[in-house]
Amino acid sequence: MRGDRNDAGRSELLSSWVLPILLVLLLLLAWQLAASSGFMADRLGLEEFLVPSPAEVAKVLWQDRSLIAENAWVTLVEVVCGFLIALVVGLAAATLLHLSDLLRRASYPLVVASQTIPIIVIAPVLVVWFGYGIGPKLAVVALICFFPITVNTLDGLQSVDREKVKMMQTIWASRRQLFSRVEVPTALPYAFSGAKIAVAVAVIGAVFGEWAGADRGLGYLMLQDNAQLMTARLFASVFVLSMIAISLFALVALLERRLLRWR
Amino acid sequence: MTASLSGRGLGHSFGSVAALDGFDFEIPAGDTVALVGPSGCGKSTLLELTCGLREPDSGRIEVAGETEASGRLAHCAYMPQRDCLLPWYPAIDNASLALRNRGSSRSAARRGAAGLFSQFGLAGFERSLPHELSGGMRQRVAFLRTFLSGKEVLLLDEPFAALDAITRAELQEWLLPVLLEGSRTVLLVTHDVEEALYLADSVLVMSARPGRVLERIKSPGDPSLSRSEQVTAPAFTSLRERILGLLTGSTEGFAGSTGESDAGRP
Repeated sequence: MRGDRNDAGRSELLSSWVLPILLVLLLLLAWQLAASSGFMADRLGLEEFLVPSPAEVAKVLWQDRSLIAENAWVTLVEVVCGFLIALVVGLAAATLLHLSDLLRRASYPLVVASQTIPIIVIAPVLVVWFGYGIGPKLAVVALICFFPITVNTLDGLQSVDREKVKMMQTIWASRRQLFSRVEVPTALPYAFSGAKIAVAVAVIGAVFGEWAGADRGLGYLMLQDNAQLMTARLFASVFVLSMIAISLFALVALLERRLLRWR
Repeated sequence: MTASLSGRGLGHSFGSVAALDGFDFEIPAGDTVALVGPSGCGKSTLLELTCGLREPDSGRIEVAGETEASGRLAHCAYMPQRDCLLPWYPAIDNASLALRNRGSSRSAARRGAAGLFSQFGLAGFERSLPHELSGGMRQRVAFLRTFLSGKEVLLLDEPFAALDAITRAELQEWLLPVLLEGSRTVLLVTHDVEEALYLADSVLVMSARPGRVLERIKSPGDPSLSRSEQVTAPAFTSLRERILGLLTGSTEGFAGSTGESDAGRP
């Protein structure tokens, strides 16, 4: 039995960590070979410096680490603060929409419409309104994160088991107790799903925000590097950006595991 | 703290489907009455009407002298078919939910429930989460939660339906003395005729939808006998067959008698 369980644990570890890492390494190796042999540049009809190999990207990442870190920090702050704003506003909106039928019916289309705003188009407008500071970036990130958080949390609140509600009503529960003891815990897993989606797309929001007008941040750096044909550093920025997204996602997932032990 | 329970001329429909029609019942304070009937005959609806979660379309229900929905709700605790334990709370917090809802602190509520855990065969499982408990234990926690509501009337909706036969028999054997020693008035809905006769003082046999009382049968319960002795006694088995006959008759559509009778009373 014990041996079986260890085997099961090992195969789980294998599939959850080893396999993805192996796949990434394999892809990097293929890229490395294709780039360093000149095959890729050749096929694309480009100069070799425009098609950097992973090794070159890593080299630039190390050489320019302080520049990249400085700009990554700016973007990280935008992402985290924008996400937190969306979290607070989204949870509050979901609660209000849940508690008031009238409000829900009136404003749900508006919530959906908020997601159809083309961020690329609206971002420059926000820069005109709020200037070059962090304001427009936070607005873009929050706008992008708001929808998945609100919709998922609202779905969770509305999915409460009717039988549990009846049971609570017959054992003295007030509306408030019903909310805090049944509805909120029911909605939590949904809220976390929304938050995980939101935190992954928040990074894109921050980059869009910076593209519309900024003098710092990874999105700004990428624009500069693109204009100056510094492709290797561009890829280094992309790499850091995805590391930020993955880390934040993992952080939310960890928090979820901690808080939702009953699942 | 005892309360009697009665309903007169109850009717209730869902859209065009009549769940109950001209339903009369009466439960003396402190008694346990079981309600058996074919599925879909409005048993669960009757429980929701009784405890004030719904108002009947017609007729009138009285619980401890109260006829208003909110007044009835104040006297009735309802144990739904599924255990409905809250998966995020450990067993002790589920059991003591009513105490917390009434304003006790978490620790005070836990103290209030802890003493009953051994009586309910749950000692040592206070901190277990619902998904860590067996079906029988979950049902006991659910019953304890209902019990601790402090209400005089307990409405049990097929409390053991989801359990296997052995666990069900065990829980029936465990529940009987709890019901006998308490002064609560209990309305038990079940589709298990044996369970009805074993646990209740009398059994109301319901017709198919729209549900009406076909017959009221006094059960031959003798607490001095064990469960297996009771359910195999001739008086018990003949009543069981009689009820089953009524039920199959009613589902086949020739439910003739609708009034209460004393038939079957030993």
